[in-house]
Formats: sequence, C-alpha cells, structure tokens
Amino acid sequence: MLETIAFQGLIGLALAMYLWLISAGLTIIFGVLRIVNFAHGSLFMLGAYLAFTLYGQVGLPFGVAILLSLLGVGALGLVMERGFLRHLYGVDEAYQLLLTFGFILVLDDAVKLIWGGVFRIPPMPAFLDGAWPVFGRPFPVYNAFVLGVGVLTAGALWLLFERTWWGRIVRATAADREMAGALGVRVPRVFTGVFAFGAMLAALGGALGTPVRVVAPGIGAEMIIQAFVITVLGGLGNLRGAFVASLIVGVLSAYGTLFFPVFELFFIFVIMAVVLLVRPQGLFAR
Amino acid sequence: MSELLRTEGLAKRFGELRAVDGVDLAVPAGRLTAIIGPNGAGKSTLINLVTGALVPDTGRVRFKGEDVTRLPAHRRVQRGLSRSFQIMNIFPRLTVLENVLLPVLARRGRAGRPLAPVAGERAALREAAALLEAVGLADRAGQPAGALAHGDQRLLELGIAVAAAPELCFLDEPSSGLTPAERAVVLDLIRRLARERRTTFVVVEHDMDVVFALAEWIVVMNRGRVLAEGPPAAIRDDRTVREVYLGEEL
Amino acid sequence: MGAPAPARRALVGATALALALLVALPWVAGRYTVYLTIQVLVLAIFALGFNLLFGYAGLLSFGQAGFFAVGAYACAKILLAVPNLLLGLAGGVAAAGAVALVLGVLSVRHTRIYFSMLTLAFGMMIYSIAWKWRDVTGGDDGLVGIPRAPLALPGLGSLALPTVERYYYVVLAAAVLAVALAHRLVHAPLGLALQAIRDSESRAEFAGLPVRRYRLAAFVVAGLYAGLAGALLPPLESTVTPPIAHWSTSAEPVLATLLGGIHAFAGPLVGALLFYVIKDVIVRFTEHWLIWYGAIVIVLVLGFRGGVVGLLARALGRPPEAPRA
Repeated sequence: MLETIAFQGLIGLALAMYLWLISAGLTIIFGVLRIVNFAHGSLFMLGAYLAFTLYGQVGLPFGVAILLSLLGVGALGLVMERGFLRHLYGVDEAYQLLLTFGFILVLDDAVKLIWGGVFRIPPMPAFLDGAWPVFGRPFPVYNAFVLGVGVLTAGALWLLFERTWWGRIVRATAADREMAGALGVRVPRVFTGVFAFGAMLAALGGALGTPVRVVAPGIGAEMIIQAFVITVLGGLGNLRGAFVASLIVGVLSAYGTLFFPVFELFFIFVIMAVVLLVRPQGLFAR
Repeated sequence: MSELLRTEGLAKRFGELRAVDGVDLAVPAGRLTAIIGPNGAGKSTLINLVTGALVPDTGRVRFKGEDVTRLPAHRRVQRGLSRSFQIMNIFPRLTVLENVLLPVLARRGRAGRPLAPVAGERAALREAAALLEAVGLADRAGQPAGALAHGDQRLLELGIAVAAAPELCFLDEPSSGLTPAERAVVLDLIRRLARERRTTFVVVEHDMDVVFALAEWIVVMNRGRVLAEGPPAAIRDDRTVREVYLGEEL
Repeated sequence: MGAPAPARRALVGATALALALLVALPWVAGRYTVYLTIQVLVLAIFALGFNLLFGYAGLLSFGQAGFFAVGAYACAKILLAVPNLLLGLAGGVAAAGAVALVLGVLSVRHTRIYFSMLTLAFGMMIYSIAWKWRDVTGGDDGLVGIPRAPLALPGLGSLALPTVERYYYVVLAAAVLAVALAHRLVHAPLGLALQAIRDSESRAEFAGLPVRRYRLAAFVVAGLYAGLAGALLPPLESTVTPPIAHWSTSAEPVLATLLGGIHAFAGPLVGALLFYVIKDVIVRFTEHWLIWYGAIVIVLVLGFRGGVVGLLARALGRPPEAPRA
C-alpha cells in the first residue's frame, strides 16, 4: 500500500512537470506584461500537435521535432503579441482578455481544421523507452526524463532571471516599466521577447507529452484550467509559487485518479476554493 | 470641541520602508487642519490608513470615539469619514450630476435599490443639484464627467468627497495641477463648505500658500512621524520645521 | 441621464415595432424561422445578463455557460419528475442563482483579472461535473425525453404547448419580462452604483458603496438570467447534454454583446440577432464556425469596441463615449 502511494506520488511529480511548464510561461508573461494569456493552453496544445506531426508523422528525430515545435509556437507568440496584443496596451484590460479569448476560439478550431480529430500515440523514442523498477513497480524511463526536463527548466529559469543580463532587464521591466524605459530599455521589444519565451515554455510542455499523452483538441482547455488553479495556489506572477503549486496539483491529481477516479478534477477545485477563501493572495505570496 | 479623530501609534511598513512610523494625531471638530511635509513623509499613507484604504500594522484609529481601525472604507464613509484623491478619481462615464448623486444615495441608504428608477429619488436629486450649485458645476450637470476640464474635475472630486456629508473629510492635495485662478476657487470652496456644512477638513498639501491661507492648525510630518504641530504662526517660526524644508520660504 | 426627447420617442417607437413583429411572427413566418427566433430570444436573455455584469458592472465572466447549464439541467430534472413548465423554469432559475451565489462569493472579492480567470475555471468545473456525474446528469448521453410540459398557471388552468409556435410565446414572454426587469435595474440606483464601481472601484468604495456586495448582486443577477435562458432550452429540444456547459457556450453571450455593443442596453439584444444571422451564413460554408467567431471577436476588440450599436450611434451623430479620466 505504501509502495502504491509512493509510486503514484512519483507519477504525480512527472505529471506536475507538464503543469509547471505551462504555468511558468503564464506566470512570466503576467509578471512582465501584466496580461493573463487565456490562450496559453492553446499554445501548449499547438506545441503538442507540431511535435506529434514532426516526430510521429514526418519522422524527424525526437529532439529536432521538439526544437522545431518550440520555434514554431514561439514565432506564433511573437505574431500574437506584436501584431495584435500590442494595440491594446492603453485600453481597458478586459479587452486584452477578450483578445486572448478570441485566440482560443481561433486556435482550438484551427487545430481541428488542420489536423482533424483524435490521434494515436507515436512510438516512444528508443533511448527513452523502458522502465526502471521503483518501489517494486515499473516506472517509465520517459517519466523520469520529463521530470528531469522540468527540474532542469526550473533551474535554467532561475539562472536566467537571477544571473543573466537579459534576465535582469526583464525583471526591471516587470518591476517598473516606465523606469526601465527611461533607463533605455526597449520595453516593447522586451514584451515581445517575453511573450514568445512564455509561448515556447508552453510548447515545450505540450511537445514533451508527445510519446505518452494523447494529442486531442480539448487538451488546451484542460491545461489552462489547471494552470489557473496553480496560479491561484501559487499567487499570480509568482514563479517559485507556480513551481511548488504545480507539484502539489500534479501529485494531488495523481492521487485523485487513484482514490476518487470520477471526481479528481472536482477535488482540485475544492482545494482551489478553500485557498480562495482562506488565503486569496496565494499560498506562497509574501 | 469634541474630538473627531484620534490615531494611536499608527504604523505601516512596506518591506523595509517605514512609511508611517508611530503617528499619534488628534483632530477636534471644526478646526481646519493641514498636513505638510516633504515627499515621502508618509502623508498619503496616513490618509490611506485613516480612511480605510490600508490596514495598519500596528496602532489604532478612533473616529468619534469608535475604533474603526479594521472597518472597511465604505463603512467609514457611512459613519461620516470621507476623502478626496490626489490623482483624479471620478466616474468618467457618468454625468457630473450622477457623480455627486451616488454618495448622496449611499448615505441615504438608497444606493442599492434595484427596481425603482433613479429619476424618482427626488430628495437625493435635489441635494445633489444643490451640491453642484455649491461647487459651481451646476451648468455642466448633464455632461459626462470625463469630458470636464482638469480644473472642473478637481471641483467635482471635491464635490464627491463632500456629497456624503462627512463630518471629517481628508483632502489629498486638492490644488495640485491647478492654475492660480482655479486654486483660488478651490480654496474659497473649501472655506465655504467648512462653514456651511460643518465639515472638518484635513488638507494634505505641498503648496505653502494654500496651507497658510486655509489652515487653523498645521501638522508637519517627516519620515513617517509627526515632527511638529501647532497654529500656523508657530509652525512658521519653528526651527526644526525650517530645517526639514531647507530654507524654503514658509 | 436619459436620451433627449426626440431620440427617446424614436427608441420607444422602434421597441414597439420590434415587439409587434415578434408577436406576429408565427403568422408570417415558417416553423424554422420561429425556431431560430426562439434561439435568438434565448441568447438575448443570456447575453443581457452577461452584459449587466460586464458592460454595467465591469466584470468579465467567461463561465456563464455554467449557470446556463445548471438552469437547463435543473429544469430538465424537474420536468422529468413533475410536468409543470412554470415549476421547471422557476426551478432552473433558482438553481442557477444559488450556484451563482456560492461561486460569486468566491470570485467577486478579487481583482477583475483574477475574477475572469476564476469564472473560466468554475465554468469548466461545472462542465466536467455535467460530464462525469452520470447518475445525476446522465453523463455524455445527457438527459433525454424531457416533456414540453404544459404551462399551468395557478388558478387559471393549464395550457398545453404541443407546437413550437405555442412554446415560442412562452419564450417571448420570458424575454420581454427579462428585458423589462433589466431595464428597470439599469435605471435604478443599483444600476448607477454598478456603473460607478465599473468606472472607479476605489472611488465607489469611498463614496460609501459596498463594492463587494453590489458586485455579488450583479453576478447573481447574471447567473439568474443565464439560468432562465438555459431553462428555456429543455422543453424545446427535449434533451440536455454537457456541451451546453462548455466554455464555447460561454463565448456566445460574449460575442453577441461585443457584436451589438457593450455600452448600450440594446447591445446584447441586437447582438443576439446578429450572432444567429452570421452563424447561419457561416455554417453553410464550413463546420468550423468557431474560427470565424474568434476572428470576429479579434476584429471587434481591435477596432470596433462599440459594436454595431456604437457604430450606429456615431453615424447618427450622437456624441462618442466619454473618454476615461
């Protein structure tokens, strides 16, 4: 029994990494641009579809497929920000939300138009196949890979924002965009860059799921809802909080699937409701 | 004179910054008070704490004897404690009349009525119209507030603050951004309202001309604390105050 | 506060004309048109409630489909047990209002962005409940065989509604009632207070308005309207399935209101009509009408934020919207 729980916890941690990647992008975009990108789930979904097509159908090597899907979605993010979102910066924030909502409608249906319905899962890349015995059960190597990528990304993001020149500029812009502009920062460029970067993170999350998760039109909506729950738990704009909250939601989801199979989503929502009532600024806000 | 407001050891910090660092203040009814001090002295934070925009870390706020430290802002307004804003804060899409009508309705407990038309609230409408007369905006009653000139918006801002018929009203830099002529209008208005409506004003100001023209009592703040307080003549001669202002003409 | 006299007379005239047309519709148009008009009226009620929340109170909700679904499922459950239309409709409205109250308490205390996020999440939560709670909602099969129960007015006997045309008048009556009540609300002190809260939450607070309480009221009213709209559906279609709780259903009042005009009372009503006209056209060419909808939303948000009514007002020489201070 204890082994089942521990094992399921590991599964949950791997699951949490997908959530972390999409939440990280959402959080970073909000932190800098003060926009909640409702279409972020759609970007995740596009990352998944692109990677699936390039790896599963065109037959490119796994790593190349992921990289290209990142670049593709990043480019889309660039277009979204520069071509559309930028025009709404002086206007009531509600219109920005409406715009990103419009993107969801377009992207989610476009995916159905271009790719059709539900797909099979492509074969696992050979070097990531197999399973390691953990707690007496076979733990898929791929899950460990996903865990590794997620943790590495967390580390890389920390490094990026704390130690690099670009990271410092981004943080300055996030803290006070007028001041940053006055100091010579090209704020519009930072905005575009950050949005594209956040889009790529979402795409990475989607692309990583290719050999193990079904690629289907509804996954975007599913992910954005969970990203919102994570944001409530972690605090809007709080990257560290997003990481921890992703772990919590991932692990709880895994346990929910094990113990309350029908209502695991409802269970997560109850937790969100409790946090909203008791600590609305998030569990990890200062 | 009865005491309207008393703060006891009021303090608020933002991270490392002690914006308000132990303020004991008393405001008796009827004494027009000015709060002055250099930038960052904590004047705006003090207003926010007293009126309910912020919750203090420590200390108490007593209004008419009642502890209102944690009372939500709208309830303080209902008890007679209101404020105006330094950065223009009106209802731009509503008409000028509607802007002052709302606090009147709120005070009368009628703002929440869901079905009876506003046009039927005759008493409130009369009061709002009279208020517009008093601030000199009656001829623009039907215009959207956002279309008013800057100076007129200041007058409206003032009108909204007094529309709730407060006993104590905090004005946050009421003359900022105004031409000398407009400033004179605002000053005159404050004096008149203080007299006619028996409202006690506490004015936060940078402009010394305004302060010395209006105030019966001056409170000087610096670095989150009260440096000195007293009648204008005493403050003008106070050496520590002059140092703080570094040779500025008082 | 009101439009100038000649404009007001024109407005009253136009409303009377529209009403007369609607009443006469079943005699001059075929069954399909009547059916379509019912859809338009239902969306009009739905969008009207949405805009009370958005245009007037400033709160953008992406989860109204949740309340729509609660209204529909509750009405369906009632009708399956007790074939009394009035009871079904009232029950649907009440259930939606109750759920709106609970979710509203959780949602309105936050900033507007947070609020919008939460409404999307809560809406989809209701969707997943509708999908998974087979015992109560029938899962993805939904509820079927819902009777178009007779309209029984206490003391006045019972009126059977075998035809779509007869049911149309029930829907029309509900719509007229909904519009009348909404009209009273926006011209009442509460309507003014909501607009003030929308314009400046902090100023409203310091004018003595209990911001949170009034926002909750607006949210519950929007939920009641969504519930009424939803409850009108089962007696018409005789089935209720989970997709009515999906966020793409939440998009309908959003789009209708954007199309018609957020800052006009009639905006959602005009927009509901436009929505179906446009959908009817698009659906003839492609089943991917959501892409077009998204594109229309994007275009409207970028360039035509006043919607059709806004365009008309400007064309007729009315002064444009007051700029934000």
